[in-house]
Amino acid sequence: MKKLLPIAVSLAALTAMNVSAGTLEDVQKRGVLKCGVSTGLAGFATPNDAGKWEGLDVDLCRAVAAAALGDAEKVEYVPLTSKVRFEVLKSGEIDVLSRVTTWTFTRDNSLGLNFAGVNYYDGQGFMVPKALGVTSAKELDGASICIQTGTTTELNAAEYFKLNGMTYEPVPVETSSEGRANYIAGRCDVYTTDASALAAQRSVFEDPTAHVVLPEIISKEPLGPVVRHGDDQWFDIVKWSHNAMLVAEELGIDSKNLDERGANANDPAAQGLLGTNTSKLGEMLGLDKKWAYNIIKQVGNYSESFERNVGKDTALKLDRGLNALWTNGGIQYAPPIK
Amino acid sequence: MSGTQVQENKTVTLGSLWRDKKTRGMILQIFAVIGILIFIGIIISNTVENLDRLGVKVGFDFLSEPANYDINQTLISYDSSDSHFRAALVGLLNTLLVAGCGIVVATIFGFTAGVLRLSNNFVLNRLMQVYVEVTRNIPVLLQILLWHGIIINSLPVPKKAEALVEGVFMTNRGVFLPQPIPQEGFGWVWIALLVGIVFAVFFKRYANKVQMQTGKLLPAIWIGATAIIGLPVLTFLALGSPLEVSYPALKGFNFKGGFVVKPEFMALWFALSIYTGAFIAEIVRAGIQSVSHGQTEAAHALGIRPNFTMRLVVIPQALRVIIPPLISQYLNLTKNSSLAIAIGYMDLVATIGGISLNQTGRALESMGIVLGVYLFISIVISALMNVYNKRVALVSR
Repeated sequence: MKKLLPIAVSLAALTAMNVSAGTLEDVQKRGVLKCGVSTGLAGFATPNDAGKWEGLDVDLCRAVAAAALGDAEKVEYVPLTSKVRFEVLKSGEIDVLSRVTTWTFTRDNSLGLNFAGVNYYDGQGFMVPKALGVTSAKELDGASICIQTGTTTELNAAEYFKLNGMTYEPVPVETSSEGRANYIAGRCDVYTTDASALAAQRSVFEDPTAHVVLPEIISKEPLGPVVRHGDDQWFDIVKWSHNAMLVAEELGIDSKNLDERGANANDPAAQGLLGTNTSKLGEMLGLDKKWAYNIIKQVGNYSESFERNVGKDTALKLDRGLNALWTNGGIQYAPPIK
Repeated sequence: MSGTQVQENKTVTLGSLWRDKKTRGMILQIFAVIGILIFIGIIISNTVENLDRLGVKVGFDFLSEPANYDINQTLISYDSSDSHFRAALVGLLNTLLVAGCGIVVATIFGFTAGVLRLSNNFVLNRLMQVYVEVTRNIPVLLQILLWHGIIINSLPVPKKAEALVEGVFMTNRGVFLPQPIPQEGFGWVWIALLVGIVFAVFFKRYANKVQMQTGKLLPAIWIGATAIIGLPVLTFLALGSPLEVSYPALKGFNFKGGFVVKPEFMALWFALSIYTGAFIAEIVRAGIQSVSHGQTEAAHALGIRPNFTMRLVVIPQALRVIIPPLISQYLNLTKNSSLAIAIGYMDLVATIGGISLNQTGRALESMGIVLGVYLFISIVISALMNVYNKRVALVSR
């Protein structure tokens, strides 16, 4: 039974094991990174036709594996529902959770977990059929709204409608497929969840052009990887694996030109990142010199990952928007790797 | 007997205690209980310790924090600024509502199908057999999803819905019905109803007494029914119909006004009633068949008419067999209602065990509450049914 899983998981895990502080040692001893991902969300984490996991969240798992183990393929993906994700992470069954998880104060401070950055800046939006003729979320008074449960989505919707003095009928849905079924059947007028997920949902409709995403974005949804409290070294590794991809994009280093850039003695920033000069950045993390090199070589920089999974040429057709680098008008900003 | 006497005479040693069957059993049981308690203790202390190390506190203080989410079916007033506790209460009432309605309809279905399965009419009894065999052999979760799918896909959206009769709309967002709104003075109608019921009860007692003394049968049921229905109706008319009706009307996206039965509730209610009804049908059939045919023949031989034979001879005996397994079915229905989450019916599991759990991350506490409440509901149902069972059980004289 699905509803008993959290309890079963916590009991089983909590009785059996001691949450070890040395996650890096555990991962290296095991030779494989255990990464919690979505049960299937186009563009973020979903198995492709060959059964291989792909997506923006999956790339983060691969980056951490590349940094910690030197091989981006050494990842065991653990698909998790939104309900059990934190319990499974807390119990030590996975090493990192990379599952479109919104960073909120409560989650950061009451669950014994830490958010190690933001790999996608999202916000909650509304999708409606074009035929409805609605152009703004302010016109949705009295509508029935399909809301995917188990996220921050319900809270945002409740807050937004209350603030604007509007009423609505919430229609909670458990999975995205159930949400689609309800929305297509007309059980609800509106479908609300994170804008990226709306794009993913729309991409699988029979006629994606018959639906529009309204301009209002009603919430901040910074999605990022999560680790357990109490292991600062591992927290740093996950945080900087993501930052390395951003810095690489900023420096113009990608999976194709990195060997060339790393060999250029007049390019100290690139050489430091790629570990081709005498700097000891990797050592400070407890990793080897090539940690960032391996990430960029095997996974790519942030831009490559973004365009491959959710960008213009994919079914999701998402703009970089907020996720552009700070130098390009976005807010993806990594501290300098120096 | 003599064995124990011999033991008593001897000095008690560990060996003699162990050889005594009764003492040995007691010792083993004590050890088993201690073992289980230690096991539970270790689990709890380990859990608390591990959570403590992670900096997670265990407690129920989160229940008083605002829930911040909306619920679409609320039997008591509820707003997103109410607490998680109130949200849980709303969920609990929704669970009880669907379980209660389900139990009533499942019982009606079950008794009807069970009796009809014994009918001599070939078509009827085969039809009932098909119903029983088909529904009880398909997982109830699939039936819930099927009903939900049928309702949301076959009924029109509100904008295209046409009134069935005045003020009644069947849509895929629910069945909208006119809602009677009591006006001033309507309280007298309730009082009249109460008076009617009290009168009917006393009249029935009086009729029983008359029958005991004289053997004369008074039409107690008819007179009682007339009193229960007639008195309130007369009062209602005498007061000049103090009732206004709110009719549902299409406004914007949805119907406003009136009374709505949500499709999620209907799907869950139908599926649970039909599924459990099939099991009850089998129980009823078995119960009736368990009463020896000789009882019927004996009653006929005494000149008791056929419908009295059924009511006074067969059914009371059949109930003894029916009630105990019926309790299990009621419990099953109540527990199966937790599958509501699959179609988004906001029951206990979906509120405190779902959204609240997710928002606060208090998995152990939330699931603990859900488990505790289901246990409590089940025990209450069993207790009530056991009281009824005692009343119909074989009285040994």
